[in-house]
Amino acid sequence: MENLCDKTAIVGIGRTEISRNCGRTELKMATEAILDAVEDAGLNIEDIDGMINYTMDTAEQIEIVRSLGIPNLSFFSKTPYGGGGSCGTIAHAAAAVHAGLANYVVCVRSIRDASAPVKIGDFDTSKSSYNSDVYWGMYLPYGLITPVSWIGMFTQRYMHEYGIQDGAFFPIAQVARENANRNPHALFYNRPLTYEEYMDSPMNVTPLRRHDCCVNVDGAVAIIVTTADRAQHLKQRPAYISGVSQGMSTNGEQMTSFYRPDITGYPEIEEYGKKIFKMAGVTPQDIDVAQFYDAFSSEIPMQLEALGFVSKGEGVAYCEGGHRIRPDGELPINTSGGLMSEGYVHGMNLIAEGVRQIRGTSTTQIKDAELSLVTGGPGVPTGGLILKRR
Amino acid sequence: MVQYNKQYPTPRPDVNEDTIDYWMLMQETKQLHVQKCKNCGTYSHPPRPVCHNCRQFKLEWVPTTGKGTVYSYVIYYRSVHPGFEVPYEVVLVELEEGVRIISNMIDCKPDEIYIGMPVEVVVDQVWEDLALPKFKRRNT
Ligand SMILES: [Zn+2]
Repeated sequence: MENLCDKTAIVGIGRTEISRNCGRTELKMATEAILDAVEDAGLNIEDIDGMINYTMDTAEQIEIVRSLGIPNLSFFSKTPYGGGGSCGTIAHAAAAVHAGLANYVVCVRSIRDASAPVKIGDFDTSKSSYNSDVYWGMYLPYGLITPVSWIGMFTQRYMHEYGIQDGAFFPIAQVARENANRNPHALFYNRPLTYEEYMDSPMNVTPLRRHDCCVNVDGAVAIIVTTADRAQHLKQRPAYISGVSQGMSTNGEQMTSFYRPDITGYPEIEEYGKKIFKMAGVTPQDIDVAQFYDAFSSEIPMQLEALGFVSKGEGVAYCEGGHRIRPDGELPINTSGGLMSEGYVHGMNLIAEGVRQIRGTSTTQIKDAELSLVTGGPGVPTGGLILKRR
Repeated sequence: MVQYNKQYPTPRPDVNEDTIDYWMLMQETKQLHVQKCKNCGTYSHPPRPVCHNCRQFKLEWVPTTGKGTVYSYVIYYRSVHPGFEVPYEVVLVELEEGVRIISNMIDCKPDEIYIGMPVEVVVDQVWEDLALPKFKRRNT
C-alpha cells in the first residue's frame, strides 16, 4: 500500500463562536464556518469540490452547497458514530484528494446541542427519535439513556480493576480548564476550576461528576484538506497529514461495547493508533502536543493507554498532579481547553487546535511543536490523526 | 432499583426479526433466553443473525441459569427522563454463560451495589404484553 504520509495537508480552519444559545440554525453556522475556513486558506468558495460532515449533522450537504453557491461537488461522504467520526472526516478527505476525486475538501461539523429543541441528555419521550431503533431496545427501557452513562459503565470497571479513587480525574479537568482560561474563544474562558469546586459538583452519573463532563454547546468548525503540492502555494503554513486512520473493532456497538472480554480498553483505538504511528513513522514519545477527545475526563487516561503513551492501568497515575500534561510538561494536552472546557463541538474543534499548534497560533502554544496528535471519540468506532510541521 | 413515574411512559424496546424471539420468550416462558450456536456452542448477546465465531446461521434460543454477577454499574443522580425516578442504577451483569446483559436491580438501593455482587434474574412485568429481565441479590 502506498503510504499517505505527508501527501496531503490541512490548509484552512474556520469556526463560529461557541455558545449556549446561538440563535440560528445549524445550516447557518455551517456556512459561516466554511466561509471562515475558505478565507483562512486563501481560497474561493468556488474551489471547494468535496465535502464531509457527520451522519449526525442536521445541516444537509445539499443545503450547504445551495446556500453557499458552491458550483459542484465531485466527492461527498459522511462519517458515522458521533464524535468517533471527527478524525474520520480527515481520513476520507485525505484519501479523496490524494486519489484525485476532489481538489479541496471541506470537513464540517455544526452542532446545536445546547439550544436545539431536542437533545440527548434531556430526554423527551414524545420527540425521541432513537427509541424506535432496535439497537436501543436493550438499553433505553432500563434508563441507560445518555452518553455519560455509557462512558460511566466503562469507567466504573476501569476504576475497579486499577484501584482508582474518586477525585483522581480532577487534574485532567483542571489542566483543560487552565488552558481554556487562556483561550478567549472557550466557553469557560472566565471560569477557573478549583479542587473544591470539582469535588463539590454533583454526581451526574456515578462515577462521573459534573466537572468530569463536557457541556452541550452550539457551534461549528470547518477544516479544508488538499494535496501537499497545492498546500505549498496557499496562504497558511500547511499542517501535513502524516498519519490518519479510522478504527472499528469486533464485538463493539455504537456506544455500548460492554461485551468484550476487557472493557477497560478500546481495541479500535489500539488499532488506529498502530496504523497512524506506523504511517507517520513516529512513536508516541515523538508527539509534541496532543488533543484527546475528552467528552468525559476518564477518556483521557484510557486513550493514553490504548495509544501506547503508557502501559495498561497507568493512565491515571500519568495525569496525577497534572504536571506531565500541562503546557510545560512532557505531553501537553488539550491546549484550547478541549471538549470539557473550550466546548463540545463534537471533536472538530480539537482538529482545528491541532492545526493551530502546527502553525504556532494557539493561545497555549507549545514552542516548536512539530508533531500534533488529535483523537476521535472513545467507546465508538473512531479514528485519529497525526499532523506535522516541516 | 428503578422506580417508574407512570405519568411519563418509559421507552419500550422496538423489535425486528433478529430480536423478537428474545422478548417473546421472556413474555411467554418468563425465563431469560439467549442465543447459542448449534454448531460451535458460542453464546451471543445482544441478539444477532449469525454466529460471529463460526459464521453458521445456526443460532438457537436457550434458557439461561439466570445466575450471574455484577460486572459494572452506573448510578443516575441527574434526571434525564421523567419516567425514571433518580437515583437509580443500571447494572451490567455477566451471566454464568459468559454473556453480559444490561438491566436494573429490583431489591436494593443504588449504593448497595458493588462489582462482583452475585445476582439472579427475575421477571419484571413492566407492561402487560412485555416483561423486562431484571435482577435481585443471590445468596451464594
Ligand atoms: Zn458458531
